[in-house]
Amino acid sequence: MDGCVLTRRIIPCLDTSNGRVIKGRQFRNLRDVGHPADLAQRYDAEGADELVLLDITATRDERGHAADTVRMVRDQLTIPLTVGGGVRTVADAELLLDSGADKVAINSAAVVTPDLVAILANRFGRQCVVVAIDALRTEGTWAVRTRAGSSAVPWTATAWAVKAADLGAGEILLTSIDRDGTRDGFDIELLAAVSKAVSIPVIASGGARSAVDFVAAFDAGADAVLAASMFHDRDTTVGEVKRYLAGCGMEMRL
Amino acid sequence: MNDRVVIVSTGTANVASMIAGLRRAGASPERTADPDRVAVADRVVVPGVGTFAAAMQHLRASGMDDALRERVRAGRPVLAVCLGLQLLGKTSEESPGERGLGIVDGCVIRLPPGARVPQLGWNEVAADGPGLVRRGHAYFANSFCLDRCDASWRVVYADHGGPFIAALERDAQLACQFHPELSGAWGVQLLSRWMAAC
Repeated sequence: MDGCVLTRRIIPCLDTSNGRVIKGRQFRNLRDVGHPADLAQRYDAEGADELVLLDITATRDERGHAADTVRMVRDQLTIPLTVGGGVRTVADAELLLDSGADKVAINSAAVVTPDLVAILANRFGRQCVVVAIDALRTEGTWAVRTRAGSSAVPWTATAWAVKAADLGAGEILLTSIDRDGTRDGFDIELLAAVSKAVSIPVIASGGARSAVDFVAAFDAGADAVLAASMFHDRDTTVGEVKRYLAGCGMEMRL
Repeated sequence: MNDRVVIVSTGTANVASMIAGLRRAGASPERTADPDRVAVADRVVVPGVGTFAAAMQHLRASGMDDALRERVRAGRPVLAVCLGLQLLGKTSEESPGERGLGIVDGCVIRLPPGARVPQLGWNEVAADGPGLVRRGHAYFANSFCLDRCDASWRVVYADHGGPFIAALERDAQLACQFHPELSGAWGVQLLSRWMAAC
């Protein structure tokens, strides 16, 4: 955007369950990829701009986020940490901020109780509130799914993003369920539709394969890109991706 | 000088990150809700995150507002981060009707239009010359900024849709709109310089 000299953010994502980092494909077939503290340390050292930590079984298991995992990860990081999974109340958010989070991501609970977005924004400021949206291609549009992709709800991704921003969300973490873990590239149409519809920053997620995909995501309006499989499996490093993007003329923090 | 630092409870802050950042800079941080400790501590940190109103109400309820006001006016070491910087002002467009600490002669206004708000990410701090804050990339997470301040402070700027105040400093008093505790090695070095200046 004109007059904006913010660097483009590269954000590795740790999906966790029972204290381990896991990764699947289209939210299924989850496999173990390591310990959260080890991966956090590696990505911080590689030059990650932020880290996202999502407890993907907290909502299903009707529990809060494992605060001790957040503490272990924070101790490895010199960069911002967004934490999500199982956040339903102000007290949940307070516990996460007290354990090492800097931003809180809400997904299922925001759809069930939209006022929660406003309540969190009024207390912690909108820059602290990330609304995570999991979108599935359905009949020519993108349907929002909650509870780790298992529940259908009556929102399209763009309409819910606009509503969330109106309520006080400071950022949208937009995941394509269709592309998650596939390495088929980001869903550029989804990304363009949502980032055009809102004025707050949008993080692109789902399908990252290489640095080339990141260029397409930024060109489509993303403010930041999130990736998991390609970094976990050491296809490349955060540093290599950032150097490539800098070579393409993008402002990066190197 | 010892390595002790007291972090003021604001009820809304990213306290664990502040503690982790200060430890990396060689400090032994502790949190407190006791204004008497804030009055006598060697070093005090007012952490970021939260709305202007939520934090001011918390500070007033504990009597911390007076303790902070006296401390800054007496020139004692303070680090104020993000919202902490904004609380030094008189009012904020984030929370109309709420009064700030009024230590700095300025008001908190929305970031200039023309760029994405909130500002979330790494932005270049344009610091030159002597002082604690040096040139480099710092992590910002803000929708608001301080509009001006009295001439007793050295002011450092950054640009997001237009120039805005990124930091104020005066001897061992440092207020940053960015988060040094989240700004990588550059941020750790800044925290270390602040520790050493106290």
